[in-house]
Amino acid sequence: MSERCAVIGVGQTKYAAKRGDLSIAGLVREAAERALADAELRWRDIDAVVIGKAPDMFEGVMMPELYLADALGAVGKPMMRVHTAGSVGGSTAIAASHLVQAGVHERVLTVAFEKQSEGDAMWALSPKYPFQPPLVAGAGGFFAPLIRAYMRRSGAPNDVGVRVAVKDRLNALRNQYAHLQLADISPETVLSSPMLWDPIRYLETCPSSDGACAMVLSNEANAGRTSRPPAWVLGSAVRSEPAVFAGRDQINPRAGADCARDVYRQAGVTDPVREIDVAEIYVPFSWFEPMWLENLGFCEPNFGWRMTLDETTSLSGRLPVNPSGGVLSSNPIGASGMIRFAEAALQVRGMAGEHQVDGARVALGHAYGGASQFFAMWVVGARKP
Amino acid sequence: MNYAVTRMLAPVRLPFVVTPGEALSRFLSALVEGRLIGERCSECSKVVLPPRGACPTCGIATNPRDNVTVSDGGTVVMFCIVNIPFEGQTIKPPYVYASILLDGADVPLLHLVEVPVDKARMGMRVRAEWAPPTERKPSLEAIRWFVPTGEPDASYEAYKEYA
Amino acid sequence: MRDVAIASFAQATFERSSKDEVELLVDVITRARAESRLSKSDIGFTCSASCDYLGGRPFSFVSALDAVGAWPPISESHVEMDGAWALYEAWVRLQHGDVDAALVYAFGRSSQGNLNQVLSTQLDPYFLAPLWPEGDSLAGLQARAMIDAGVCSEDEIGSIATPRYGDGAAAMVLVAGPLLERASNAAVIRGIDHRIEAHSIGARDLTRSSSTQLAAEKAGACRRDVDVAVACAPYAYQEILLRRALSLTDRTRFTFLGGNSVYPYIVAGLSSVGEAFAKIASGKALSAVAHATSGPCLQQNLVCLLEVQP
Ligand SMILES: [Zn+2]
Repeated sequence: MSERCAVIGVGQTKYAAKRGDLSIAGLVREAAERALADAELRWRDIDAVVIGKAPDMFEGVMMPELYLADALGAVGKPMMRVHTAGSVGGSTAIAASHLVQAGVHERVLTVAFEKQSEGDAMWALSPKYPFQPPLVAGAGGFFAPLIRAYMRRSGAPNDVGVRVAVKDRLNALRNQYAHLQLADISPETVLSSPMLWDPIRYLETCPSSDGACAMVLSNEANAGRTSRPPAWVLGSAVRSEPAVFAGRDQINPRAGADCARDVYRQAGVTDPVREIDVAEIYVPFSWFEPMWLENLGFCEPNFGWRMTLDETTSLSGRLPVNPSGGVLSSNPIGASGMIRFAEAALQVRGMAGEHQVDGARVALGHAYGGASQFFAMWVVGARKP
Repeated sequence: MNYAVTRMLAPVRLPFVVTPGEALSRFLSALVEGRLIGERCSECSKVVLPPRGACPTCGIATNPRDNVTVSDGGTVVMFCIVNIPFEGQTIKPPYVYASILLDGADVPLLHLVEVPVDKARMGMRVRAEWAPPTERKPSLEAIRWFVPTGEPDASYEAYKEYA
Repeated sequence: MRDVAIASFAQATFERSSKDEVELLVDVITRARAESRLSKSDIGFTCSASCDYLGGRPFSFVSALDAVGAWPPISESHVEMDGAWALYEAWVRLQHGDVDAALVYAFGRSSQGNLNQVLSTQLDPYFLAPLWPEGDSLAGLQARAMIDAGVCSEDEIGSIATPRYGDGAAAMVLVAGPLLERASNAAVIRGIDHRIEAHSIGARDLTRSSSTQLAAEKAGACRRDVDVAVACAPYAYQEILLRRALSLTDRTRFTFLGGNSVYPYIVAGLSSVGEAFAKIASGKALSAVAHATSGPCLQQNLVCLLEVQP
């Protein structure tokens, strides 16, 4: 790789069930302007724009990059649109970082968004389609059987999901951008919330949010020009596997494990649980925290739930997971992956505010999508590689 | 006068005539006859259903000669209980939505299991309950749901690769 | 920048196909792989292109992955754009030097819906889309603007006919480094660039394609004395704008994909690059320019300069 790449600006909108004060263009612009301000740059300093979001049907706008070219200052510049299901926020950031690493551009703006209040995401995820009876709707119905199978396979006690649901919402209270601000969250409130897709309870699922996240990525020459510290991209990787095939392990998918191995190798990480200071992991249903801890190699298979129970993953633990409150607290679907990547960058820049992990130097950002089959990850660090 | 526009309705209604493709067509036609067919890959020998016209792992094309009939009986390898209503739902919650590994297939099929929700379990043996021949459409709705056979449950070892 | 070259290309276009996406793709991907003499395991990066609105179904690219044989898991990305932009992403990826071959593919089955109408949903969702201006109406505005500005006569433009949007799939294999050295009949990508214009057609000069011109300049393809040029756009009259924007010499043989032929939306741009490659691979040309477009009235354009492998 010819060029180093650094995150020099991060911008997030306030996440909410409905941002009725903003159009789609206004939403992406709010995030982008904050990222530019953080990077101490102006619109004209940006060479190219890479935008990502989940299915166009969520808002009913086909190929929205066309309509958003003006709002994102892309007129006369190259603009690309990535879509890799739930992992899209991560893979969009990676596609943008490749433009810098390849030496094609010096400063790239990358943005991901979803404005779920302007459409019906549940419908868009499972539209009525011939040949296939409507048995289940939304992502919860798809992932609930996997969670039950994980509980069986690992022998995890029933309350692991509840613990994650509480931990992430308590973390969200420290994050001004988080959608859910549940001051009264407790194991009791989670347990008494409705069982939607048994074994998933309402408070063990992510909300549906409006929001956008943006980052300014830069090459080494420009990274040194800002007053705030950059986050260096130490490694990045994507992996995909088919949704259905014989003998597929959907709970611990090989694509995720391969992706993690690749990204650690690039970053020189040999013992992830010791060398990674904080992780922002895509956890849309609480039980996915222990499942992904195993997939990411932070522990042996079937041991992830112990890291949750012994508070390794709490804000003051050895490996804090989702100090921002995670997807469980804010979920503008297409942006959720980029938020993980951006939060990882904020942590190693020491700019995560009240949810800052003390002394974080190396952080993992993780996103997944589809039937647990698309993965995007990066490791960022405070020290130049 | 100042008007604050806080909301506008812009309905989108677009008709599509979707076609299932050749492999899935064969599968749907067989459903009307009360049969389930899968595709056996000529390279890895795995049987996948519904057929896709290609082996998802080998990436080679399949053809009508690769079609094999799969049993309509199998094992529940994973499930959840759906408690929430949604638009277009044809049965009243709560109900059991399951991943069923049919005998002779290498990937599970997703369908309903008609069983009291507190009786649902992994490993349960089930069989398809077909709609009467005159009511069968080329859709998985040709199978109403799966019902328990009463056979002893499959051992976890026998299906854990699929769960 | 290191040299990245097109090693092979395969496509299939239909007015309407009885095959679904996977069936269309598995055929072209198998052919492209075979022609490149590379195996599945040689491919280090895969990038695909599709658009959910063609079939009215979300996540069309997810099931299409079945055509690739993505096992063991592959390094892969997807653009919700024309396939030419998937080629661009793969070209960038191959600059890193850690992988030497990439597979690019695009697919779309426009025959499932009324694309002329569906394209209204590409427009500003608050001010334009609710009025449902169809593709043809916007094309009419552009053609009118061209006539009024004296760019061409009404006779030259003819009538605005709805494009014959069809079904199709295309696949391309790219090589670099040692795999390029081993390749024969490859075409090296000497330059590739893409640019976007303002969205509102009222904010644009519709009588020229400024983004095509800018992309051509950045790709080093402007006023280039190439043997062939291949451009694509849904409407016949748009050929006039593209010819001008590419500033080709009189010597260049120009091919226009669109107008009266079946136009495979999402596939067309990659197809254009593939046609240009085929001219070089077959020895009919030593150099070529290829063009792809996206958005209403040529809002976004990509230009690629190809030369025969030295
Ligand atoms: Zn196979």
